[in-house]
Amino acid sequence: MTQSTAAVGKSRRLQDFALLVACILAAWQALYMIVGDVAITSPVTTLGYAIELLPSSDFRPHLAASLTAFGNALLISYAGGVLLGLTLGFHRFSGEVAEPMLGALYSLPKIALYPIILQIFGLGLSAKVAFGALHGVIPVALFSMNAVRGINPMHLRTARVLRLSSIETVRTIVAPAIIPEIVTGLRVGFSLTLLGVLIGEMFASQHGMGFLLINAINLHDVKMITTLIFVLFLFATVTSAILLAIDRRLHVRV
Amino acid sequence: MTRAGSVRILVAAGLLLSLEICCRSGIINMTTMIPPSEMLGAIADLARSGRLLKESLPTFRNVTIAFVLAVGLGVIGGTVLHSLPRVRRVLDPLLASYYAVPFFALYPLFVVIFGLNDWPLIMIGIVFAGVAVVVSTLNGIDRVPPVLLKVARIYRMSRTAKVRLVILPAIALPLFTGIKLALAYSFIGILAGEFILASAGIGHAIAFAYDAFDNRTMYGLIAFTLILVTLMNMGLQACERLLLKGRSR
Amino acid sequence: MTLVREQGSPGSSGPSARPRELAPRSGPATVGASKLHAQLTGVTKLFPAPSGENPVHALGPIDMAVERGEFFAIVGPSGCGKSTLLDILAGLAAPTDGTVVFENKPISGAVPPGIGVVFQEDASFPWLTVWDNVAFGLRRAGLERGETTKRVEHWLRFMGLADFARAHPAHLSGGMRQRVCIARTLVLEPRMILLDEPFGALDQQTRLLMGDELLRLWRATGATVVLITHAIDEACMLADRVGVMTARPGRFADVAVTRWPGDRDSRIVSDPSFGQLTGRVWSILRDESIKAIGHAEGDIGGRSP
Ligand SMILES: Nc1ncnc2c1ncn2[C@@H]1O[C@H](COP(=O)(O)OP(=O)(O)O)[C@@H](O)[C@H]1O
Ligand SMILES: [Mg+2]
Repeated sequence: MTQSTAAVGKSRRLQDFALLVACILAAWQALYMIVGDVAITSPVTTLGYAIELLPSSDFRPHLAASLTAFGNALLISYAGGVLLGLTLGFHRFSGEVAEPMLGALYSLPKIALYPIILQIFGLGLSAKVAFGALHGVIPVALFSMNAVRGINPMHLRTARVLRLSSIETVRTIVAPAIIPEIVTGLRVGFSLTLLGVLIGEMFASQHGMGFLLINAINLHDVKMITTLIFVLFLFATVTSAILLAIDRRLHVRV
Repeated sequence: MTRAGSVRILVAAGLLLSLEICCRSGIINMTTMIPPSEMLGAIADLARSGRLLKESLPTFRNVTIAFVLAVGLGVIGGTVLHSLPRVRRVLDPLLASYYAVPFFALYPLFVVIFGLNDWPLIMIGIVFAGVAVVVSTLNGIDRVPPVLLKVARIYRMSRTAKVRLVILPAIALPLFTGIKLALAYSFIGILAGEFILASAGIGHAIAFAYDAFDNRTMYGLIAFTLILVTLMNMGLQACERLLLKGRSR
Repeated sequence: MTLVREQGSPGSSGPSARPRELAPRSGPATVGASKLHAQLTGVTKLFPAPSGENPVHALGPIDMAVERGEFFAIVGPSGCGKSTLLDILAGLAAPTDGTVVFENKPISGAVPPGIGVVFQEDASFPWLTVWDNVAFGLRRAGLERGETTKRVEHWLRFMGLADFARAHPAHLSGGMRQRVCIARTLVLEPRMILLDEPFGALDQQTRLLMGDELLRLWRATGATVVLITHAIDEACMLADRVGVMTARPGRFADVAVTRWPGDRDSRIVSDPSFGQLTGRVWSILRDESIKAIGHAEGDIGGRSP
């Protein structure tokens, strides 16, 4: 009984998902039919071009460049953000001082900083990594800080009553309490780091998907623009869905 | 002022001062960055020549329109989506991945749809910012205590009365998180569009100054943008505090 | 069988107030048609289980009738479906089976006018001041300003909130917030008032005093009151009849008729027959509570005499 109903729920979700994909494709096709080739290519053309483009040797170095930059930026965002967030979370006063500043930095349009990044790092990998990390580190830090602040003080007191050592306290009380919130931060940080790297590539690089994109815009290569956006959208959505599933599972357990 | 507030001002002043010293002493090359005091001077010069107003007016006008529309449409969209849990479940990964994709690259598409005027830019801003509001509206409604919705039914409220009198006031706090992000995202979308294609606006002016090696103007414009966004953000924070006055201990 | 509340003679309040009958009697949870205010017939509630298991049978089948102007209390072990019963009675939830009638009209889908509910949880609007919370319903009804002010001020005074009219709920204690909710409900002068464990968060002394206030406003308004509580003494001291519910799925195991005088107050707890009454209610409730906790019969039940 349990299994069959769960299976029904799952198949319904798959159905809904298929329906969504169908709706998006239909809307896309309709848009194409209205505006025509000058602005967007049709789903079929785009898909065909994507299949042709992705394995080609012209495209692969750009993909590799983007992934390298994204990996590095993500590492910096995650390590820096979690470290900063935990520090500010545990050291209450610093957190109180820093929170509005982080909030203000979070809502700055960092895209306006691209000339500065270019001046400092020059064209190339470090500029895109810096741009990605600049976008990702703040949300990760904010979520991590709030995760620590949200620890139930009664749980910490319980740990003291149970005379847990500090390692045991971290392992059994602190870690399970903060990990779900931190993972939410990592998820948000993932998206924003990707955006940062792509913006960095668009304005401060000559390699990568972002560079291809800005190049295509300048050449008015509609097929390329549509295909790149489609590929990026697919990549971002699939990874987000996976991260979201992990996030949900962790939050249910708590 | 609280102790944290005073320390915050000291920290910010300290950071600016060390940047000033680094630039003046040559630790940071003057061709890389000009000292903060010079940036202020550049802003003053730009203001005096009338260029500041000319360049920034279209940008801030467009951002304001995009921001206001994004908040309005986002709240409506989020409320509607919340009442359709099946649709929402399917859309969730899209809502989460949305920011990762530089949709402003579709600017040419928007130009074809809306014509060569300000609307393509504004639409990019709305699309980019609206989703932040949708997401925070959804999160907010999730956290409305169910008992308050029961109270709405006891008062025999219509759907719209329930949204206006119970749900909106109840989600004000989480909504403000989204509203602050919406400001940032409408700036990102519109500045990006201006960098890429537009022939006016502060983004265009920054890109132009950069290409012309006009460091002073470029830093002046960037600093001006950041200061204005920060001020707008502080304004929103003040609204938030005013709205929530007395609600928490 | 019709149960008519006996009005006690004016001088007989206080500890010496004695119920007409010393031994509390049992009666059915139904009343005669003439005085009928609300009636549940064959009401059952099933909740669909979250992960595809068997649905949760939360309530019933239950028959219950409440007389106009009566004070009816419901006690039962936690999780037995009391709040569910109240939701159904208020028209907030539809029963899976059975019918609900309020003032001769069946309830379906919406809350009928004339019913006020005070919920178990804090339901005050945190974004409004105490004054605005209490005035909320009157303003919605479009009542004229002066009248609104008069009524709100009356109920703020009645509930001891007059000094806190400009405060927001966040600045009040849990008990005071609950009083805001009570005032907000009563200011609309409902003909039937449903209260779901309204004093659950209060200490025993305050609860007894709040019980007195509840009696006072019941007498003042003449409204029908249905009070849900987990406190046996509270139910026995306040109500005309006490419905004792079984463990989930909740049904009525017994309905005790208290026959206190109308002008009773909390001092009746020192009356010898009060102990008899609570004793009897507890003897039923104890078995049900053991079941609700899920112990085997002999585990707790067998050891004590
Ligand atoms: N919305 C719901 N979905 C599933 N089960 C519910 C729901 N509401 C209540 N229940 C279940 O119904 C039973 C009765 O709940 P409730 O009426 O709140 O009990 P009480 O108020 O007597 O403590 C409980 O076992 C509870 O878990
Ligand atoms: Mg309950």
